[in-house]
Amino acid sequence: MLELGADEYAKYPFMADAGQYLKDKGFPLVKFGTDPDLKPSVEKAFHRLKVSTEGGIYKSELIDGQASKSYVLEIEVFSFLLAIVLIKLTGMHTLTKRFALAEARRAEQHLEKDLGKASEKSKIDLAIKIIHDLFGIEIIKRDDFFEIPVADYLKHSTSFHEREWKLINRYVKDGKVLLTPEKTVRLIRKELGTYIGSKINNAPTPPMIPGFENMVNELISICKKLTPSYTTITGEYPPCIKHAIEVLEKGENLPHSGRFMLATFLLSKGQSVEEIAPLFKNAPDYNQRITLYQLNHLAGTSGSGTHYSCPSCEKLKTQNLCFAIPECDNIINPIQFGKKRI
Amino acid sequence: MQENDIKFLEDTFKKYYFDHFDLIRVPNRTSEREFGFQKFNSGMTRHISIKDDKELHLLLMKNIPSDVYCSNACYSFPNLPMNEKDWKEADLIFDIDAKDINLECRKNHTISKCNECNEISTNMNSCSKCNSIKLEKKSLPCKNCINASKNEVLKLSNILIEDFSIPQNDIHVYFSGNEGFHVYVYNSQFQQLGSKERSELTDYIMFHGAIPETFGMKKIKPNRLTFPDFDEKGWRGRFSKEVYGAKSKRSKIITELIANGYSSFQKTLDDLSDKIGAKIDPNVTMDIHRIFRLPGSLNSKSGLTKVFCTDLTKFDPYLEASFLNEKLVEVIANCPIRFNLKNTKFGPYFNEKVSVPTFAAVYMICKKLATIS
Ligand code: SF4
Ligand SMILES: [Zn+2]
Ligand SMILES: [Zn+2]
Repeated sequence: MLELGADEYAKYPFMADAGQYLKDKGFPLVKFGTDPDLKPSVEKAFHRLKVSTEGGIYKSELIDGQASKSYVLEIEVFSFLLAIVLIKLTGMHTLTKRFALAEARRAEQHLEKDLGKASEKSKIDLAIKIIHDLFGIEIIKRDDFFEIPVADYLKHSTSFHEREWKLINRYVKDGKVLLTPEKTVRLIRKELGTYIGSKINNAPTPPMIPGFENMVNELISICKKLTPSYTTITGEYPPCIKHAIEVLEKGENLPHSGRFMLATFLLSKGQSVEEIAPLFKNAPDYNQRITLYQLNHLAGTSGSGTHYSCPSCEKLKTQNLCFAIPECDNIINPIQFGKKRI
Repeated sequence: MQENDIKFLEDTFKKYYFDHFDLIRVPNRTSEREFGFQKFNSGMTRHISIKDDKELHLLLMKNIPSDVYCSNACYSFPNLPMNEKDWKEADLIFDIDAKDINLECRKNHTISKCNECNEISTNMNSCSKCNSIKLEKKSLPCKNCINASKNEVLKLSNILIEDFSIPQNDIHVYFSGNEGFHVYVYNSQFQQLGSKERSELTDYIMFHGAIPETFGMKKIKPNRLTFPDFDEKGWRGRFSKEVYGAKSKRSKIITELIANGYSSFQKTLDDLSDKIGAKIDPNVTMDIHRIFRLPGSLNSKSGLTKVFCTDLTKFDPYLEASFLNEKLVEVIANCPIRFNLKNTKFGPYFNEKVSVPTFAAVYMICKKLATIS
């Protein structure tokens, strides 16, 4: 584990073990509900959460002048830990997600700054160490760039949809990908969010703390308003899927990638392997046993147990399987076609 | 396939496995691999585990398979059903096939066999006798096609060595026994990658999905200084060599590229993937649970051996992958295309009884262009 100083904890509060930290500092949770001296930390936690529900990143007061520096640092860490307590008390999953994301962004800003500090070796080393400890990625600083092994890069980048993140659009040299500090940090953003999210999920839920009730209720009602819902406005399949079905119906050959798309699409729409299999029976090389085997494999009922999802529009474009129409605007995966966010 | 053809192939394959067991390479970490085999005219048997050479030898002699396979993956329990195997890692494998390169000459050495009436013709779309469209295509790849495949193998190994720093020793090239090559990469940083990541690797290798910005071209106010230099490494360097042609033309071509604009630049990139990208079959590389033809085993599509290529440029599959004996056999051949095996020319044969060496007979029977008379 890392040896962190106070201002490192303030920057990266998720590195602290929540309950333990408060205990070490001698503050039992219940005191925060009643002790007026501790009220600022609680208010800050509440504020921190609210900002995250609005999609913002809360601004810390690390160099605030009015209180002693150590006091502010303490509040920074306390408010983070208390925010987790509040989230646990609301039991709202949306809150976890939004908060984790916002906090990841915040930490990201610090990491980026630390990594970019060409002169301060200790800051860079710390940032590199944090990345290593949290994600197991070995990064090396060379000139203005950070080098990451291609395999590690791929593990983290494949969930990005922007084309600039494709390996082909990166500078690859000697088995390493070269990244700027900004991109390095962006690469692990999602894991940072996941990491913080898992910290929250794994934290125990305390009994209600007297004095917290109002805040908890307010957060619950904010969340309820937030939760987006999707409604299906059309039962139509997207053009890529329609095209694939047509090809098969004509008894023409649909490339493997097309079959993969079709099968994963229909599986994600809740169709069963048995319902999907007949679609392929006109294929010139149809073999019932193999088809069922492959479909089960995709569905995750056999094979590795991993459930394969429908490829993104981006991917399908590169495979010449996309036949976009205006209704395809703003979607990144065929399964979103025909749904509207309300 | 007819009884006596099967009998003949089985006898010949059995003898091959008896005489040439030394050609078969048991993979490293043998006991962690999944093996499988197919017999003539019957289905696949998979999920077999084998501990060493001896056991493999026994399996071959006992079953006389038409094809033998082995996984690129290592598992804790290779003989259990798929979802219980416990996948550990997999060698990176690439498949390069003349079929996918699809050269002009291909149609000159491809034959269609009608599944309805067995007529053999050079018509690609429908049977010339009964008009059925259920055609089975058989190609007897020419030198041209083999050379083109080799060229793709070289492109691929260059990328692997230069961009990914993979030592030449860890790249093994095999002739597939039919129309192409299998390239194995051992001990790389990619061993543990899943399908999604491997598919991203294939896009890189195939030069798929490049955007103009990567090569210095911006939508607004493009800057000459960000365009690739002629001697750069990786794709920027390969781009330079292909697009500028020569160092001296760089400046002039950049001016042109900028003048033609962003979308034309994108088009250039898209067209480039055909020329500078290596033509691999991405689905093969993506699949981390596949079983692959075992090196040293026979390919039942041709009777040729999947052999290790020590010197790819000199490699001649029709000489170096043909290990069957020369004993003469009588067959009824319907093979309208000439082919060359072990420095001997055969065909064309038009539904006639001929006496040919075993290796040639097997080749034609495997391609369904002859039967034992
Ligand atoms: S944009 Fe997406 S949904 Fe629309 S056709 Fe293309 S791949 Fe299909
Ligand atoms: Zn016919
Ligand atoms: Zn050819």
